[in-house]
Amino acid sequence: MPTTKTKGRTRSRRPKPRKPEVWRLRLFVAGQTPKSIRTFANLKALCEAHLKGRYQIEVIDLLENPHMARGNQIVALPTLVIKLPRPVRQIIGDLSNTDRVLVGLALQKVG
Amino acid sequence: MPQKKKARQASSKTLQKALTGIQGLDEITGGGLPSGRSTLVSGGAGSGKTMFGLEFLVRGATQYGEPGVFISFEETIPDLTKNAASLGFDLGRLVADKKLFLDHVHISRSEIAETGEYDLDGLFIRIADAVQRVGARRVVLDTIEALFGELPNPGILRAEIRRLFDWLKQKGLTSVITAERDRPDKLTRHGIEEFVSDCVIVLDHRIREEISTRRLRIVKYRGSTHRTNEYPFLIDEHGISVLPISSLGLDHAAPAERISTGIARLDGMMGGKGFYRGSSILMSGTSGTGKTSVAAHFVDAACRRGERCLYFAFEESPRQVVRNMRSIGIDLEPWVRKGLLQFHAARPTYGGIEEVLLVTHKHISRFHPSVVVVDPMTSLLMVSTLNEVRSMLTRLVDFLKTQGITAIFTSLTAAGGSLEASEADVSSLMDTWLLLKAIEVGGERNRALYVLKSRGMEHSNQIREFVLTNDGLRLLDVYLGPEGVVTGSARVSQEGREKAAATFRRQQLEGRRRELDRKRQIFEARMTMLRAEFEVEEEIIQQTISESKLLDEELLQDRGQMVRSRAADTSAYKKAASAPAARKR
Repeated sequence: MPTTKTKGRTRSRRPKPRKPEVWRLRLFVAGQTPKSIRTFANLKALCEAHLKGRYQIEVIDLLENPHMARGNQIVALPTLVIKLPRPVRQIIGDLSNTDRVLVGLALQKVG
Repeated sequence: MPQKKKARQASSKTLQKALTGIQGLDEITGGGLPSGRSTLVSGGAGSGKTMFGLEFLVRGATQYGEPGVFISFEETIPDLTKNAASLGFDLGRLVADKKLFLDHVHISRSEIAETGEYDLDGLFIRIADAVQRVGARRVVLDTIEALFGELPNPGILRAEIRRLFDWLKQKGLTSVITAERDRPDKLTRHGIEEFVSDCVIVLDHRIREEISTRRLRIVKYRGSTHRTNEYPFLIDEHGISVLPISSLGLDHAAPAERISTGIARLDGMMGGKGFYRGSSILMSGTSGTGKTSVAAHFVDAACRRGERCLYFAFEESPRQVVRNMRSIGIDLEPWVRKGLLQFHAARPTYGGIEEVLLVTHKHISRFHPSVVVVDPMTSLLMVSTLNEVRSMLTRLVDFLKTQGITAIFTSLTAAGGSLEASEADVSSLMDTWLLLKAIEVGGERNRALYVLKSRGMEHSNQIREFVLTNDGLRLLDVYLGPEGVVTGSARVSQEGREKAAATFRRQQLEGRRRELDRKRQIFEARMTMLRAEFEVEEEIIQQTISESKLLDEELLQDRGQMVRSRAADTSAYKKAASAPAARKR
């Protein structure tokens, strides 16, 4: 079993995200603004549609945790940081352009 | 300096300014950058924008109690720290002391996708957090335009940057925003200068005739007067220093104190007391006329008095100067070891003239000498035009005078050229002008010296010969021949001739004196003789006189007796006798 597991992992890295993989997403916003809420709604809808049951969203309000902006190299808001699967990527904007978010999430092919 | 104060006072009504602490910049801006506003510092690659920003923050934090935040969009914090160390700034300590906050904004386009509207609130929050952490009053955004390369949608970005500048202003933060200038017709790559309306400074790093010079210009300063020239500046291990081209003014003190030239007889030529302290002395002459030697004497004398001397050697290495001066009996080495004498030798060819003068300025400000020697200032002409050299020297002379520093500038005159004409351009700046001259007579070349001018003191108008001996320079007496000063062996032979002539004259005099004696003796002998003769004659005459007197008396007696015997009227006789006598008289 362990041998196959490693095999599966190496294979799954690129072409096959079929394996039950967790998408760890971190959304940075500044306050409960309409824009923040809209962005979160967009993200939630997208994940429900494409990653149902395989995602975690962590919303970070930089107004409450300003130091987090520095550690995560946040400049623009809102920013979605895809912590997993690697590599770490950032998607900026309100996520209203679904196609581009899917490209950013590397989900386009899958979807 | 008083100008600066005045400017600040005047501006306090209209515009608050924040001192940058950058040497010279506060002077040309009349008190610093606009306080609570943004200043755009624009310049090409390597023009010193980051250094400008860093120094602005470091000086603010260390000298004016205004902590700062540096937001770097290009360099990483370790790189920044390293670069700042080259200017002598310890960023690490300032950060640890909570006087400075460094943040590196790193984003890379390859990791970013844009999916709709965005804003720069993330950056705002970072800056606000940093400002709050150290209580910053100053902010530097080092090349915010880098964001254009990394973030999509320039339209949004421009609007956001504008909002950022407004926000900085609203927060009352004195900020410096740097921008890359890649085309001469534009200040910034993406036109962000239109958002910064208060102050714009352009830095420039250009190479002319293989010599690089950095220049700074204030393009705009709203609500404040400023100087509009291009000012050369320098970045070295003590930070940036800007040197304003215009002169510092003519209100320096004029000390009446006199200091020895180190050559007693030269002092003698200047009223017996030497130069005025704080005066500028031009010493010109063709090569090999002993300019350095005269300067070395002066330096030696100053060091003996315990004063500090700074010697700028533009053509010789310090060791060479020391060795050469030892050959005429001046040992400068002990003074160097004691720290009284400092040499700075560099060929000005290796830096622009601005750099040379900035370096000069810096060394002087740091060493606080009372005597400065620039040997020879004409080397500066090799790296620049006469006009530039003159303007530089004007500033240097003014600076030295305000500091009360006595300065000797040696000037090499081209052989054959007119001695007086070539330096006429700078000579008006100088208080005293010594001219060293080579006189060629009788197959020899000898040195002569004279004081061409010396303001405010009586001075000899004579040309003196001087010789360099094992123990120093000696001024000799003046021998004026038909063609002027007689020097060298001509002088020696003249000396001989004069000695012979003197002997001859002495002998002649002796002869005359003897003749006179003789004549006196003769005269006296004659006198004695004459007197003897006279005495004899006198005796004879006296004798005759007394004899005849006797005779007269006897006659009178006889007559009286006769009258008495005849009983005549004596009174009538007496009257008659006396009246005609009175009339006769």
